[in-house]
Amino acid sequence: MSKRIDVKDLNVYYGKFLAVEDVNINIEAKSVTAFIGPSGCGKSTFLRTLNRMHEVIPGARVEGEVLLDGDNLYGPGVDPVTVRSQIGMVFQRPNPFPTMSIRDNVLAGVKLNNQKMSKGEADVLVERSLQGANLWNEVKDRLAKPGSGLSGGQQQRLCIARAIAVEPQVILMDEPCSALDPISTLAIEDLINELKDQYTVVIVTHNMQQAARVSNKTAFFNIAGTGKPGRLIEYGDTHTMFSNPTQKATEDYVSGRFG
Amino acid sequence: MTATLTPVKKRSALTKGQLPKWAPYLVLGIALVLGAAILALIGFNALGWGLVSAIIFAIGLVGWSGAVEGSRRAKDKLATCLVVGAFLIALLPLFSVIWTVLVNGLPGLMDPGFLTTSMNGVTGAFDNKTVEEGAPVVGGIFHALIGTLLITVLATIISVPVGLLTAVYLVEYGNDRPLARAITFFVDVMTGIPSIVAGLFAAAFFFAVVGPGTKTGAVAAVALSVLMIPVVVRSSEEMLKIVPNELREAAYALGVRKWRTILKVVIPTAISGIASGVTLAIARVIGETAPILVTAGFATSINYNVFSGWMASLPTFIYTQILNPTSPSNPDPSSQRAWGAALVLIILVMVLNLGARLIARMFAPKTGR
Repeated sequence: MSKRIDVKDLNVYYGKFLAVEDVNINIEAKSVTAFIGPSGCGKSTFLRTLNRMHEVIPGARVEGEVLLDGDNLYGPGVDPVTVRSQIGMVFQRPNPFPTMSIRDNVLAGVKLNNQKMSKGEADVLVERSLQGANLWNEVKDRLAKPGSGLSGGQQQRLCIARAIAVEPQVILMDEPCSALDPISTLAIEDLINELKDQYTVVIVTHNMQQAARVSNKTAFFNIAGTGKPGRLIEYGDTHTMFSNPTQKATEDYVSGRFG
Repeated sequence: MTATLTPVKKRSALTKGQLPKWAPYLVLGIALVLGAAILALIGFNALGWGLVSAIIFAIGLVGWSGAVEGSRRAKDKLATCLVVGAFLIALLPLFSVIWTVLVNGLPGLMDPGFLTTSMNGVTGAFDNKTVEEGAPVVGGIFHALIGTLLITVLATIISVPVGLLTAVYLVEYGNDRPLARAITFFVDVMTGIPSIVAGLFAAAFFFAVVGPGTKTGAVAAVALSVLMIPVVVRSSEEMLKIVPNELREAAYALGVRKWRTILKVVIPTAISGIASGVTLAIARVIGETAPILVTAGFATSINYNVFSGWMASLPTFIYTQILNPTSPSNPDPSSQRAWGAALVLIILVMVLNLGARLIARMFAPKTGR
């Protein structure tokens, strides 16, 4: 239930502006890959091209190939909706649907697509997804209450539960802990560790300790200056990236001597 | 070291140099007395009393505050006086209107059968008899009430889908395209169309399509929807715009199609605002007179069919009762009926506004733990 992603010569544009240039990367299945780098270096933009979410922004387009187990996401006739149902996403700020209960939030991927599901199946799915997101014990008695009543960390785990309920191949996380306190962050990091047994996880983070703690491989993005495109500087095993990087820029960044 | 003693003081040092809490009330009392005294010299009237007292109150309080508390607090008091004064001036016409309509309209409303009978068969002879022999006022507004409700409901049925879908296009698909910009521009122009022009348009349109002299409730409903659509578009557009993009993205990331996202996430999130916007749009057109006069004509009997025959409505009922009293020699009963209808109309608008708030609260995204 997880697939690998291979990116070949990817350029991302916003209108005429080249935001990310010439990325080549191979993301292993059933592993956690972290993207690190300074603000504005294009790591979130690049992450969003992996499930065609960047197309939501008017004028955004890509050149190059993103292969999900060999199938090009940007091939002719590929429906972005199909892509997104295979590659889920968790956002920086928790965004449960305010009109729905906790249970309905978990079932959102099913219900919004009008798939028929018996109550029994739905109950099983809700419990399994919430268990998977380590949230079940906290919310099992109030599944009918609105999701917006949960704490920030719980809301984020609810969003993760919502993402895994549609059983994707890959889960993308765009700074999932940046709005959370250390305890909630720890809960989510533990969860990421469990998720990698079943899913391919790609996480963008500003927190280098977090990258070191959760990821198997790390990619460092950097930008030469304002108005210049972001680039993938170095990609390798997390341990190597933090202890013995080959590039000077990577070493400066991970050791905090950057800028 | 000596033990620290808590100093016993009447007033905290932090509140030194402030006017006591009761100061404004004292000044108000003095101002009212002084105002009454001044007005008594030149001839008393309530409006002058209020005005003079307000001025004395403002000068007194600001002056006192300036002497005791310094200029910053004095300016603060002056600003408070100006804001409260402006608020009272704005409320004055509102209360005056409500009071006048209540006083003049209640007798009409109290007549038995006022809400349940029509003007069918009520002639000048009845009104003459009322004035000359003290017989009860006969006739009622049932036909006008039915007309107003049917025409407004039909106008709403026409306007809400058109307006809501336009707003959805503008917010979700428009992307500042030329077409979207043109629609926004023309919606703004439509907002400013005088209601009589909307009436003439609907009348001319039906004359051309159905046949000359077509005057029915449906024509009036079309005229009213011309007035309603821009209001619905505008309010729905604003409401759809404030739905956070994060929710749309959350739905897209689950592999939900755009139209389903709009239907099941965006609109439900904004529904409370949309519903109250629609209700306010209804309140806006329910009192229109001119477009109904030229499109639905005027009837004295009950007509349940919006697609055939002339139809009465509350505003046109008021208009004709005042302008062409049922009994030209004794217009008082007609005038009483007109005020009664006016009161009913105001109550309808109030109920709609309250309904809008209720709907907004009912549909609002639920919070709570």
